[in-house]
Amino acid sequence: MSVSSTELSQLPAGPNVKGKLSRDDLVMRGGMAVIALYLIVTLALPLYTMLSKSFSTYQVQLSQYEFQVSDEDGIYDGTIFTGTELNNTTGVYDHTDLSTGADGRLPVSKFFPDFSFRSSVMYQLRNTAEGGRFLVGSTLHDSTEWLEVDSNTFRRVQLRPVKARGIDNFVNYFSTPALFNSIKNSLWISLLSTVVTVSLAFWFAYALNRSCMRFKGLFRLVAMAPILVPSLLPGIALVYLFGNQGMLKELLFGASIYGPIGIVIGSVFFTFPHAFLIISTALAISDGRLYEAATSLRASPWRTFWTVTIPGARYGLISAAFVVFNLVITDFGLPKVIGGQFNVLAVDIYKQVIGQQNFEMGAVVSVILIIPAFFAFGIDRMVQSKQVSSLTARSVPFEPKPNSKTDSLFFVYCSIIGLFIIGMLAVCQFAALIKFWPYDLSLSLNNYQFDKMDGGGWGSYFNSIKLGLLTAVVGTSIVFFGAYLVEKSNGFLVGRAAFQMLAMLPMAIPGMVLGLAYIFFFNNPSNPMSGIYGTMAILVICSVTHFYTVSHLTAVTALKQMDREFESVSASLKQPTMKLFSRVTVPVCMPSVLDISIYLFVNAMTTVSAVVFLYSPKTSLASIAVLNMDDAGDIAPAAAMGMMIFYTNAAARIIHLIASKGLLAKTQAWRKR
Amino acid sequence: MYKTRGITSVLAGALMATSAMAETELTVYTAVEAEDLARYAATFNESNPDIKINWVRDSTGIITAKLLAERDNPQADVVWGLAATSLLLLKSEGMLEAYAPEGVGELDQKFVDKDTPPAWVGMDAWVASVCYNTVEAEKAGLTPPKSWQDLTDPQYAGHVIMPNPNSSGTGFLDVSSWLQIFGEEGGWAYMDALHGNIARYTHSGSKPCKLAAAGEIPIGISFAFRGAKSKAAGAPLEIIVPTEGVGWDMEATAIVAGTANLEAAQKLVDFTVTKGASEMYNTGYAVVAYPGVAKPVEHFPEGLLEAMIDNDFEFAANNRAAILKEWQSRYDGKSDPK
Repeated sequence: MSVSSTELSQLPAGPNVKGKLSRDDLVMRGGMAVIALYLIVTLALPLYTMLSKSFSTYQVQLSQYEFQVSDEDGIYDGTIFTGTELNNTTGVYDHTDLSTGADGRLPVSKFFPDFSFRSSVMYQLRNTAEGGRFLVGSTLHDSTEWLEVDSNTFRRVQLRPVKARGIDNFVNYFSTPALFNSIKNSLWISLLSTVVTVSLAFWFAYALNRSCMRFKGLFRLVAMAPILVPSLLPGIALVYLFGNQGMLKELLFGASIYGPIGIVIGSVFFTFPHAFLIISTALAISDGRLYEAATSLRASPWRTFWTVTIPGARYGLISAAFVVFNLVITDFGLPKVIGGQFNVLAVDIYKQVIGQQNFEMGAVVSVILIIPAFFAFGIDRMVQSKQVSSLTARSVPFEPKPNSKTDSLFFVYCSIIGLFIIGMLAVCQFAALIKFWPYDLSLSLNNYQFDKMDGGGWGSYFNSIKLGLLTAVVGTSIVFFGAYLVEKSNGFLVGRAAFQMLAMLPMAIPGMVLGLAYIFFFNNPSNPMSGIYGTMAILVICSVTHFYTVSHLTAVTALKQMDREFESVSASLKQPTMKLFSRVTVPVCMPSVLDISIYLFVNAMTTVSAVVFLYSPKTSLASIAVLNMDDAGDIAPAAAMGMMIFYTNAAARIIHLIASKGLLAKTQAWRKR
Repeated sequence: MYKTRGITSVLAGALMATSAMAETELTVYTAVEAEDLARYAATFNESNPDIKINWVRDSTGIITAKLLAERDNPQADVVWGLAATSLLLLKSEGMLEAYAPEGVGELDQKFVDKDTPPAWVGMDAWVASVCYNTVEAEKAGLTPPKSWQDLTDPQYAGHVIMPNPNSSGTGFLDVSSWLQIFGEEGGWAYMDALHGNIARYTHSGSKPCKLAAAGEIPIGISFAFRGAKSKAAGAPLEIIVPTEGVGWDMEATAIVAGTANLEAAQKLVDFTVTKGASEMYNTGYAVVAYPGVAKPVEHFPEGLLEAMIDNDFEFAANNRAAILKEWQSRYDGKSDPK
C-alpha cells in the first residue's frame, strides 16, 4: 500500500484551472483602466507635480561668482575672491538670506566693508559657471566674461538666485510668523464652526425627525437652500448686515464682522445643509423598541436622550463633524470676503499665487493644507466603515408622539434657523436692487449691468451654465460608468481595490490645491496636454475630478442594490455586458444618475476654489465674477451675481424634480406591483 | 498728428517692400482693460493695416507670471500695456529687446527707460491718491487730511484702509513711494504709525476707494482714476493729493527678445509713442506720455501731475522682494482685527 501512496504523491500536478477571460471581461477591464488613467492624469500626476514644486527653491550660489578689487588708481593686484570667501570673511549673509524666491536679489557692496560709492576704486566681477546671473541695475549679465564697473555702479550690482532643490521653502514658511500663524487660525476657526454647525444642525434634524411640529417639508427645503449659493454669498450678506454701514451693526456691540466672527457665522450658514443632511439620515433610522424599553424602565427623557438617541446617531454626528471641518478649513471664498486681516491657509495660497506669483510658497501652503483635510477625511472613512446597520428586520420604526409644548419649542427653534437662512439670502437680493447703499436707497437694476464691472460680465454667467451642464453630462457618464465597471466586473480584485482608492482621493483634496496642481501640471509647455490650459475643457475636467467622490459613492450605492444575477443572466443569454448596461442598469438606476447630475451641476455653478486659478478671460465664471467684483469693491453687483447663481440652481433643482418624476414614471414602473 | 502719420506710413511702405505683402500676426500680451483693446487695435490698424494683433489679456500679476514662466520659450512678440515695474522684472531676466522707437524723444522722459536704447517706453500713468468720504467723515468728526503724515493722526484710527502691497500693485507703489519720500528708515517709521490707523488691508487696489465711496471706511488709499469714477457715480468723495507727493506706476510697452516678427513689433512700438496713441490713452488715463496731449478728465484732482514723485523704478523693482518680506513681517503677522 505504501508503494501506491508514493505513486499518488508523485502524480503530476493537474492543470492550473483559470477562468477564461471573456471578451466582456476584457472590455470591462479596459474601460476601468481608461477611467483609472483619467483619475491618474487629472489627480495623481498633478498632485505629484505640485509636491515636487514645493521642494523647488531658489538659491544664490555665492561660489559661482568671482570678484576683483582695484586700488584707488584703478590697478588690480590680481587677487581673485569668490563670493563664498567674501561672505565667510565678512559674514554679512546667512543661509536664510541666500535661499530666496524666484524674484530674489542680493546686493554685493556689503562684501567690502570699506566700500564707498564715491571712491575711485574699480571692481570686476564675473560668473564662473554657465547659467550664473547677476544684474547691474536692471540689465542682466549671464556670461563668464569679466565685467569692470566703477564704485557708483557697483552698488547697483545684484546677484540673482538659480534653481535648486531642498526643504528651504518649508524652513522659510515656518520661520515667517505671518504665514504659519494661519495654521492655528485655520484650525480653530474650523473647530469652532464645526461645533456650532453640528449642534445647530442636530437640533434642527431632531425637530424634523423626532417631533410632530408643522411645516416640516418647508423647513427641510429652507435648510437646503445654502447649498445652492457660493460660499462667498454669506460673506457679502454679513457685510450688509454687520459692516460699518450695516443694517444691524449695533448687534455686534462694536466688534468687527471682518475676521473670525464673520468667518464662523458665514461658515455655519454654508455648511449647515451638509451637516443637517447627514445627521437627519442618522436620526431617521431608529428602533422604536429601544424607546419603549427606556420608557418601561422609567428612564427620564434626559437619560433616554443620552443613552439611546445620541449613541444611535453617533456615526452621523462624527461624520457630519468631519465633513463640516473639511468644508470650513478648505473654503476660500468666505474668508476672502469677510476675513479682514485674519489669515487662513486657503486664502494664503491665493495671496501667494495671485498676489505675489510665488508659486513655490503656494505649493508649500497647499501641502500643509492637505494634511488636516486628509486626516479629517481618513477618520471619516474609518468611522463610516465601522458603521453597522442598527436597523434589523425586527425593528419598529420610531413614531414621534405629539407634545404641544416641545413641538412648539422646536417650531420656534426651526423658525429662527429658517429666518437666519432666508434672511441672509434676502439681504443679498435687497442689496443687489439698491442703487447706491447707503446713500441712495432707491431701487434700480444698475447692479445687474455686469458688463460694466470687472469680473467677466454676463458672459461669465452663461459660461457658468455651460460649465455646469458640461460637468453634469461628462461627469455623470464617467462616474457612473466607472462605478459600474468597478462594482460589476469579475475577479481582478487588486485592480478594483486600487480603483476604489483612487475614486476616494478627490474628496480629501481641497479645491484650491487641485487648481494649483493643475497649473503646475497642465501649464507646462512640455506637457502634451498643455493645449487645454485656459479652455473650458480644463474647467470641466477639474470640476469632474473635484466632485468625483460623492458622485462615485452615490453611483456605487445605487449599483449595490442591483443583484449581480443580472450579469449572470445576461451572460448566459449571450448578451454583451454593454447592452445590459445601457438597456437595464442605466434605466434602473436613473434616479441616482439624475441625482449625480444635479449634484455636479450645482457644485460646478457654485465652486470658486477649484477654478480660481484656472479660468481665463474667455472662460470667466459667475462664481469667479462674484469674487472679482467683491475684490474690486463692487459689492452690490457681486451680491446680484451671487443671487443669479442661486436662482439658476433653484431652477435646475425644480427641473430636476420634474424630470425625475417623469422619468421615474417611465423607467421605474416595474417597481410597482 | 499729420507728421507722425506721415513718418509711420513712409516707414510702413519701406518695410513692406522688404517683407513682401503678407499680413503679419503679432501676439501681444496686455493688462489693459478688455473694453479698450478693440479700440487700440483698430486705431493701430488705421496706419498699419497689414499687421494683425492677437491679444492675450489678463490682470497685471497673471500676465507678468505668464511671461516669466515662458522665459525660455517666449510666446509673445510685444507687451503693450503692462506695469513698468513688471517690465523691469522682465528686463532683468534679459527678456526685452531694446529699441528706440521713432519719435521717442518727443515723450516726457519720465516715461522712457533710462538705458539707450530704451528697453521699454511708457504710455500712461496711474497715480496714488486718497479717497475721502465727506459725509461719513463729518459723522465721525474728522478733518480732511492734507498730507501722508496727517493720516497718522490718532483721530483717523480705524478710519483708513489701504491695499496690501503683497497682492496689489497699487499697494506696492504706495509703499515704495513712502520709502522714497521719507527715506528707508523714515518710510518704515511712517508705516508703523499709519498701521495703527489702518482698519484692514484689502486685496485689490481699487477696493479701498470703493469702500470709501460706500461709506464703509471713510478714507481709502487708492488711485486717482478710481476715485474720479466713483465720484462720477455720485459718491460723496473728495480726492486728496497728499502734499509730500504721490507714488505712481505706468503702463508701458516693450518688444520681447527673440520675436520672429521684429519688424512688425517695431512698427507697433513706433505707433505706441505717437501723439495719436497718447490721445487714445487719454480717454481712460489723465496722465499720458506725450506732453501737452492730456485733456483733463472729469473729477480728477488738480495738481496731480506736479505731485507725482520722481519714481525710481529700478529701486522699486530691485528691492521689491525685500520690501514685501519686511512689510509682511511687520504688518501682516498682526492679524487680529482692531
